[in-house]
Amino acid sequence: MDLGAIVHDRLRALTFELGGPGTRERLEKLTPPKNEYGVDPYGFDLDYTIAAMAPALWFYRKYFRVEVHGIEHVPAEGRVLLVANHSGQLPFDAAMIGVSLLVELDPPRMPRALVERWVPTLPFISTLFARMGQVVGTPENCRRLLAAGEAIMVFPEGVRGLNKTWKKRYQLQDFGQGFLRLALEAEAPIVPIGLVGAEEQAPAIADLKGLARLLAMPALPITPTILPFPMPTRYHIHFGEPLRFTGSPDDEDAVLDAKVNRVKAAIQALLAKGLRERTSVFG
Amino acid sequence: MRAPEPIHFPGMPKLVAITGIAGNLGKALASVLHTETRLLGIDRREFRDRPRDVEHHQLDVRKKKVEELFRRRPIDALIHLGIMHDPRVPFSEAHAFNVLGTQKILELCVRHRVRKVVVLSSANVYGPLPGNSNFLPEETPLMAADRYSDVRDLIELDMYAQSFMWKHPEVETVIVRPVHILGPRIRNAPSNYLRLNRPITVLGFDPMIQLIHAEDACRAMALALRPGVRGVYNIAGPGEVPLSAALHELGRHPIPLPLMVARPLLRRLFQARLTSFPPEELDHLQFLCAVDGSRAARDLGYAPVHTLRDTIRSVLR
Repeated sequence: MDLGAIVHDRLRALTFELGGPGTRERLEKLTPPKNEYGVDPYGFDLDYTIAAMAPALWFYRKYFRVEVHGIEHVPAEGRVLLVANHSGQLPFDAAMIGVSLLVELDPPRMPRALVERWVPTLPFISTLFARMGQVVGTPENCRRLLAAGEAIMVFPEGVRGLNKTWKKRYQLQDFGQGFLRLALEAEAPIVPIGLVGAEEQAPAIADLKGLARLLAMPALPITPTILPFPMPTRYHIHFGEPLRFTGSPDDEDAVLDAKVNRVKAAIQALLAKGLRERTSVFG
Repeated sequence: MRAPEPIHFPGMPKLVAITGIAGNLGKALASVLHTETRLLGIDRREFRDRPRDVEHHQLDVRKKKVEELFRRRPIDALIHLGIMHDPRVPFSEAHAFNVLGTQKILELCVRHRVRKVVVLSSANVYGPLPGNSNFLPEETPLMAADRYSDVRDLIELDMYAQSFMWKHPEVETVIVRPVHILGPRIRNAPSNYLRLNRPITVLGFDPMIQLIHAEDACRAMALALRPGVRGVYNIAGPGEVPLSAALHELGRHPIPLPLMVARPLLRRLFQARLTSFPPEELDHLQFLCAVDGSRAARDLGYAPVHTLRDTIRSVLR
């Protein structure tokens, strides 16, 4: 057996161990389409994902000690947009929400996150993300996945939220209307998610936008640890009740903005609830 | 492999002219079509091992004599494959042949009332870009010209064919954009790459690629002759595969190079004529350039006959 296969088997075993009893049986309920090379048309490879999620699951259980609230609001099947706030400099929040859907739900759901257009230019990361079912966030991709009944994870704030500085913590940044248009078009429910804890993992003093542009990076946050490696804050993921919208995706901006603001308000309320219920950042 | 059904439909054109018939793809097309209808080849190259029922005229499409041919013979349809891809040929010469040749022959079709024109383009016209959707529809802007001088001709030809389609509604024009064509006798950049025992890959990148067997691409072009069909069609193969899995299937031993090394190295090798692999093509080893082929499946009734594995392995024979 070659080294790759040994590592793969070890990681797979680690996933089942960290996931707790029943994890294997539960993950085996996922049956994504796959061809003779083990991947779906997007390059998602479930076998690879189960192994590669072990480090994320370790972070989930041991490091951020994630607590989930209201995960039953995620529909068991069918198209859905999971819309969350984004924070923490590095997208650990996305990974943790993804893991929660795989280990806390029964049957689990494999979320497909829409990622920045920057991601495919990164060596290793681009491949890792693709094999784990993540796709570039184009409207075309989103439309196609919703039509296929998938659960799509969206962070409408993008890097504006992810790389915001400390003084803007827990303030939702500009949302844009793209996700809402797509939800209306596909008649997909929106599950709002408020994630508390990631804001404190790597507080940014400044974001060197000029230098970031020079390096072709979306942002360059400066944190006390220099590299934005997260501190072990405790994550609380609050899932809200599904929001259903009707109307035309081509409505005027004002009409769409009103709907976007309802989603934003729902997430803001979940954040407020999470902050209220939280007794300590690390505990 | 399923037994390929013969290409058969009511209203099959009685005499089909094919430019570029003497190339490997042209030969494959001739063997798909010659039992179904009469074929007339136009190519400046000699047509070796020509089926006896195929008539061939060794002519440059830009020459006056071609018009005589159109005047004399009741040509019902044209399949235009006459595009030169050889990166070694000086740009200006290839350009004159590709672009002017296409203009000439399409004008002849209007003058001599040819009812159907099928133009071979390629899915490469979209270009492998990091922001690409996983499955590009036909409406995607043709962005490849941004970075690749080699496909600039192809894009110009594709755009010319599109404007021709709108300007001449009396001619049913079909533009087909197949994904990377492979086959035992096909000698294009992707198949040559897959034939390398030690191909270069870009460290940390493993895009999903789409491949099509030459026979399937030819069947799609033949199906485009069906009366009533017009427009632009992506022609996808039997599925998507990570580049690494395709190389593994062929038993290759890739050499992964960091991007910073791969690009300058390839440029030097290409300039020194030690490789025929243009440096810009490296983007195909990094980024997606995959298409949505559902429109062709719906309108042309096209479905690949060769499996994905069979298609990949076709470069071995």
